[in-house]
Amino acid sequence: MRQIAFYGKGGIGKSTTSQNTIAALSETERVMIVGCDPKADSTRLMLHCKAQTTILSLAAERGSVEDVELEEVLVPGYNNVRCVESGGPEPGVGCAGRGIITAINFLEEEGAYEDLDLVSYDVLGDVVCGGFAMPIREGKAQEIYIVTSGEMMAMYAANNIARGILKYAQSGGVRLGGLICNSRKVDKEVELIEALAEKLGTKMIHFVPRDNVVQRAELRRMTVIEYEPEHPQANEYRALADKIKNNKDLVIPTPITMDELEDLLVEFGFMDSDEEYQKVIEADKATTSV
Amino acid sequence: MTTVENNQDLIKEVLEAYPEKAAKKRQKHLDVYEENNSDCGVKSNKKSVPGVMTTRGCAYAGAKGVVWGPVKDMVHISHGPVGCGYYSWSGRRNYYVGTTGIDSFGTMQFTSDFQERDIVFGGDKKLAKLLDELEVLFPLSQGTTIESECPVGLIGDDIEAVARAKAKETGKPVVPVRCEGFRGVSQSLGHHIANDTVRDWVLPKADEYRKTPEGYEPGPYDVNIIGDYNIGGDAWPSRMLLEAMGLRVISQFSGDGSFNEVVMAPLAKLNLIHCYRSMNYLCRHMEETYGIGWMEFNFFGPTQIAKSLRSIAAKFDETIQANAERVIAEYQSNMDAIIAQYRPRLEGKTVMMMVGGLRPRHVIPAFQDLGMDVIGTGYEFGHGDDYKRTTEYIKEGTIIYDDVSGHEFEEFAKKLNPDLIAAGIKEKYVFQKMALPFRQMHSWDYSGPYHGYHGFAVFARDMDLAINNPTWSLIENPWQK
Repeated sequence: MRQIAFYGKGGIGKSTTSQNTIAALSETERVMIVGCDPKADSTRLMLHCKAQTTILSLAAERGSVEDVELEEVLVPGYNNVRCVESGGPEPGVGCAGRGIITAINFLEEEGAYEDLDLVSYDVLGDVVCGGFAMPIREGKAQEIYIVTSGEMMAMYAANNIARGILKYAQSGGVRLGGLICNSRKVDKEVELIEALAEKLGTKMIHFVPRDNVVQRAELRRMTVIEYEPEHPQANEYRALADKIKNNKDLVIPTPITMDELEDLLVEFGFMDSDEEYQKVIEADKATTSV
Repeated sequence: MTTVENNQDLIKEVLEAYPEKAAKKRQKHLDVYEENNSDCGVKSNKKSVPGVMTTRGCAYAGAKGVVWGPVKDMVHISHGPVGCGYYSWSGRRNYYVGTTGIDSFGTMQFTSDFQERDIVFGGDKKLAKLLDELEVLFPLSQGTTIESECPVGLIGDDIEAVARAKAKETGKPVVPVRCEGFRGVSQSLGHHIANDTVRDWVLPKADEYRKTPEGYEPGPYDVNIIGDYNIGGDAWPSRMLLEAMGLRVISQFSGDGSFNEVVMAPLAKLNLIHCYRSMNYLCRHMEETYGIGWMEFNFFGPTQIAKSLRSIAAKFDETIQANAERVIAEYQSNMDAIIAQYRPRLEGKTVMMMVGGLRPRHVIPAFQDLGMDVIGTGYEFGHGDDYKRTTEYIKEGTIIYDDVSGHEFEEFAKKLNPDLIAAGIKEKYVFQKMALPFRQMHSWDYSGPYHGYHGFAVFARDMDLAINNPTWSLIENPWQK
């Protein structure tokens, strides 16, 4: 059984990309999705619902996680993909990180990991604390795919996630599987992400082009694979799924410093060099003082 | 070689067991007192060295166990998982008068018993519910304090908001105490945090909360006893002496004290502070805010009691001063008799002490009254000002150890071979197995009181019982075989 995880900045299209990829993988593999985001939106395209009942919301209702039965929270979705969401507290309260640990421990104890070829974790935003690193600790996800785009903040996040992976690559066995570029149609996006991937010691495993069919499918709470299986975009996800399935190029990432990252952005014209920056600021000052 | 040089060599020898870095750190916490030095020459209030056995507690222990816990008619909630509350339950023997479970709650244990769910989703709702239930179950409670345990701080619960809302609802004080155990280096920060909650959450509303006793008129002799936690009933003989000299004790804060006594405190003319370490913050605050002066006193042993009674009386008029003399004279023959009985049995016996807030210095005169000699002392969690205050009690050559480790204490004891070790429960059996007589100086070894003239009678008897127990002659020191 392989265990993989999708990480990436919030709003990057992580859940959409992961579910479409899993839908494609499910054509040949027995898969389980473990949503690790308090928003619980990692399985909606599989289940055609807004949000499924989460482990933690049910545990809260019943009083303790021991009172929850696996069948209540592990639901078969599209193509028999098993879907489960950890859930978590409302924003600003409690400890979402501990929630993920609780949920994953519950799944292990209840035998959710039996008879599977692949488990996929979908984890929110950044690796902000130990709880959000739970899916990449020893015995959990062994391959991480970072979803990113050519936007600056997405790349910052990708680099940060690589640092989290590095930490657990040394203490456990986790490896970086590659970057997935979910296109935002930014200039020179492919080159930029390939350059970032090289710096991180990995590669851009796939470039997912932007296509409105994704939104049309989402409106129907479906993956493209299900909604328009013959669409070229569906084949993009199948290609990505295939690459993940056959990926042997798993590395310990070499995250870069903030300076190096900014140099990269300067190189690609996203940011100006310090000299250019000073010039622009001076120019602004000159205009305002007039 | 002089004692000073001998003991300095001993410190060097004891430090040899440590790795270089640890030895360097610990070396600063150990010294030998030399006459006329203004302090004890040791560093204090620093993080304990990882890997050594330290006797220190945590901020929660300081706030709940020491300062707030003894306020008898309030419910003190251990907010978090069950262990902190359970294992600190009734540990300090703070005696009180009252009907437990009806109007007093000192020996009861209240906890929010956090479960996984409370960590993940936050515990504020549970806390609010718990406060509602307490109000139904114990309508005579005069308020609540919430002592937060570590996880509450980690997950960022807003216990202040819950406290505010519930205080408004019930009209009783609800005091949130942010004493998460990971804060600070010892229980000492917990004392400070608890003092600050009195300053911020109670005293500003003291006039509103206060129920002055019928016929109460503020008087010139109104005093508070601060920082006597009534361990084994200590505060009672102390209070008797103050009252016998004509002072009126309007508040015992916090041993056998009520919440109303806490809010009576600002009406006093003088704060008499017993445990400086744990309550000086509040005394300073009351001085700045209400102009109430404060002074330390020491009621251990007749010599020091007389000295303290005189210096307290000096703050008042001649009537009180005359009363003080009368009280001292009244107990004189009784004290002489005790000393006549026990001194011959204890003369020349040596003691090593290691205790908490004030006892490493304050108990020394009681031993001296019995002809005993304190050859080493140190604090678990003292600060620089405690060590400064210690100098007036100790003599040349006394070995001083701050936050002493298990290794150091044992080695010192082996070499100095005292007749008595006076420390805490964690050390007790180690030393008794070394065939060394031992008395607990935190809990008075389930005896007490030790304060005041009445306390001295018990103290003298207990030291005799410990040291002259014939059992010890039947056991050999393992290292002297």
